Amino acid sequence: MDRRESFKAIVLGTVSSVLLLESCDTKTDEQVVQVIDKPDASATDGRMPEEVARLKEIKSKTFFTEQEMATITVLSDIIIPEDEVSGSASEAGVPDFIEFIVKDKPELQTPMRSGLKWLDIQCLNRFEKPFKDCKQRQQLEMVDAVAYPEKAKPEMKKGVSFFNLMRNLTATGFFTSEMGVKDLDYQGNRPNQWKGVPEDVLKQYKLAYTEKELRECVTFDRTA
Amino acid sequence: MEDFQVKKKVKKYDAVIVGSGAGGGMAAYVLANAGLKVCLLEAGAMYDPATDSAQLKNPWESPRRGASTKFRPFGDFDGCYWGWEIDGEPYTKAEGTEWDWWRARMLGGRTNHWGRISLRFGPKDFKHKSIDGLGEDWPIGYEDVKPYYDKVDRLIGVFGTNEGLEDEPDGIFLPPPLPRLHELMIKKAATGIGIPVIPSRLSVLTKKINDERGQCFYCAQCGRSCKAYADFSSSSCLVKPAVATGNVDVIPHAMAREVLTNAEGTATGVSYVDTLDMLDYQVDGRVVILAASACESARLLLNSVSQRHPNGLANSSDVVGKYLHDSTGAAVGGVLPQLMGRKRYNEDGVGGMHVYTPWWLDNKKLDFPRGYHIEYWGGMQQPAYGFGWGIENLNGKMQVHGKTKEAGGYGKSLKDDYRFMYGASVGMAGRGEAIAFESNYCEIDPNVVDKYGIPVLRFNVKYSDYEINQAKHMNETFKEIMHEMGAVITWGGDAGPHNNWGLENPGKIIHEAGTVRMGNDPKKSALNKYSQAHDCKNLFCVDGGQFVSQGDKNITWTIMALSMRASEYIVDQMKKQNL
Repeated sequence: MDRRESFKAIVLGTVSSVLLLESCDTKTDEQVVQVIDKPDASATDGRMPEEVARLKEIKSKTFFTEQEMATITVLSDIIIPEDEVSGSASEAGVPDFIEFIVKDKPELQTPMRSGLKWLDIQCLNRFEKPFKDCKQRQQLEMVDAVAYPEKAKPEMKKGVSFFNLMRNLTATGFFTSEMGVKDLDYQGNRPNQWKGVPEDVLKQYKLAYTEKELRECVTFDRTA
Repeated sequence: MEDFQVKKKVKKYDAVIVGSGAGGGMAAYVLANAGLKVCLLEAGAMYDPATDSAQLKNPWESPRRGASTKFRPFGDFDGCYWGWEIDGEPYTKAEGTEWDWWRARMLGGRTNHWGRISLRFGPKDFKHKSIDGLGEDWPIGYEDVKPYYDKVDRLIGVFGTNEGLEDEPDGIFLPPPLPRLHELMIKKAATGIGIPVIPSRLSVLTKKINDERGQCFYCAQCGRSCKAYADFSSSSCLVKPAVATGNVDVIPHAMAREVLTNAEGTATGVSYVDTLDMLDYQVDGRVVILAASACESARLLLNSVSQRHPNGLANSSDVVGKYLHDSTGAAVGGVLPQLMGRKRYNEDGVGGMHVYTPWWLDNKKLDFPRGYHIEYWGGMQQPAYGFGWGIENLNGKMQVHGKTKEAGGYGKSLKDDYRFMYGASVGMAGRGEAIAFESNYCEIDPNVVDKYGIPVLRFNVKYSDYEINQAKHMNETFKEIMHEMGAVITWGGDAGPHNNWGLENPGKIIHEAGTVRMGNDPKKSALNKYSQAHDCKNLFCVDGGQFVSQGDKNITWTIMALSMRASEYIVDQMKKQNL
């Protein structure tokens, strides 16, 4: 076989294996179609009547006042602002999520409401305005006083625990939104073939699969 | 006032089964395929994973982002209706005792969401009293159950590897998935200190086994139940094909009140409340098979009081409700600094761990009599409610891109911390064998009934030093593995005598068993070795109730093997006209 021919053979080999892979993938796609489209979700989307009623009840109520929602919006965007990767908390719908979740988990209502009130009283004392109407510089001064639990002053304890809750709710709301999941670059939740840890990652961590594992486990085509 | 009326179903069945989970589903499947007419009572609603599962939903498709509710304690997308509490169906606990009782109310029961961990009991698990003098030996041994484990492996499908371990018997396995990155790290760390790590054994189809069920497509969401039927749920894999034979009538929303018996003390059927119209019904069968879950089956027997069975049905031995035990559980979690800032790729894999640790030590050299296995988790999982929670306790302890930061914070720097730390979590939990003590029991609470007027259970369970010492060993072992991996422990590290070393409340692991135990001696057991009541030959119990002990294995695979065995016995005895 001369050089030319062997090159052709390699190309063909590659092409055919690609085709093979594609047909594998097409098969996966068919499976996807089967899974996602074929069985229509049941009328209540698999929800119990009790769950449907609970959701309806929650949605019929409003917990936070407009003023409180405005404060939550400012705070959530201070916690998770827009950056070069993704948008801000409010752009991802975090305030609405917080409104929902405090109705769903009533134990969060008092810590949130009393925390917001604490914040406004602090701001009224310091800057003669509620938090949301303060200048951005003043808002950040206030946040700085409560955002670092280990160096916050003892009299800020109430504010620290409120801000911890606010930070946690904001982060959870943001990183479970479509924008946040994309930001994290979570690549799952779709039909696929688990081929094991990619080779370059194994190399990075100086790990390798044993022969036993490669022999016994489902590997599909690990190099594809 | 209208006359009180019990509506009698006209159709006579060969078998009435109470409960459609692993035990009831298997009984329905075997009996229906043998041509018997079966009535399957289920206290909850109909459920089909194909149409009712939340599989492949994104977190933002739940307004609560997957947070738990009382309807779905394992999260809004979880595949189980109800759990720790059910509206209108209370249970009580004796003072100073703890018991958490999980109850599913749906076709297929809790198998729709279970962990799919499918372990056989080993030879020692059936004969532990002979080894350490505690509890009781089973009236059967591994050799009696092995043929049924084999059949269950073939019928349902389970992946794993044959390792030739005496007490972790080989099976008929589909190929397992390759370990994930954190699992390779766990394996390296654990095996380095003498703790084995082997491929897990889960009933997930990594290969197609028939035309009714699909193959796993690696979304990690078995807990939501699988629309492709690529994992085991009783609803999709047993009840559905059983119904397809034309021999099974499923009655959903049927809450069993009592097992009916005639003047001779023989079971004649089951009376139940329709939970939708609140009326009482009665259905007759040649045999009655209980598979309502260990505690519900015990409750049903204790509530079935008659002149012939004054202490409750199948309870002349007075053991019904006793010997209640759950797997022990304790866990430790943390983060792996070396996984921070990691390369992204899809590592969902199957639902649950790809590797686990079977029990590896000799209890004779330890201060607790029974073993435990270790389950692992971690990595780049789908974000859900709780994501990023408590970062103020973590980001001050970590080097983020090589820099130490002040704990807490806000803004772009904080936002980047979440990104940087995502996918670095790791955790492990022990699941151990508790001793089945006579003093741990459930009984009828004389003062409380549920909304159907059925007397409820009162629990009286306490852990002994055996379980507490075992939890201590788990905690110390997990900390050692975490240390070997270079992990930072974020929870469970401070366990100690003050919290029983992190030992979960009994019931919490949802492996309850022992309340209707089998045995050769009718004075010390409710059932014989075929899961048949000593006191009532046409009554069977095929759920976790029949267990004498449960090893350090999850019990579902054994429930199915024993239910299949009992069901084949029923078919055989009916042929011989003994039933």
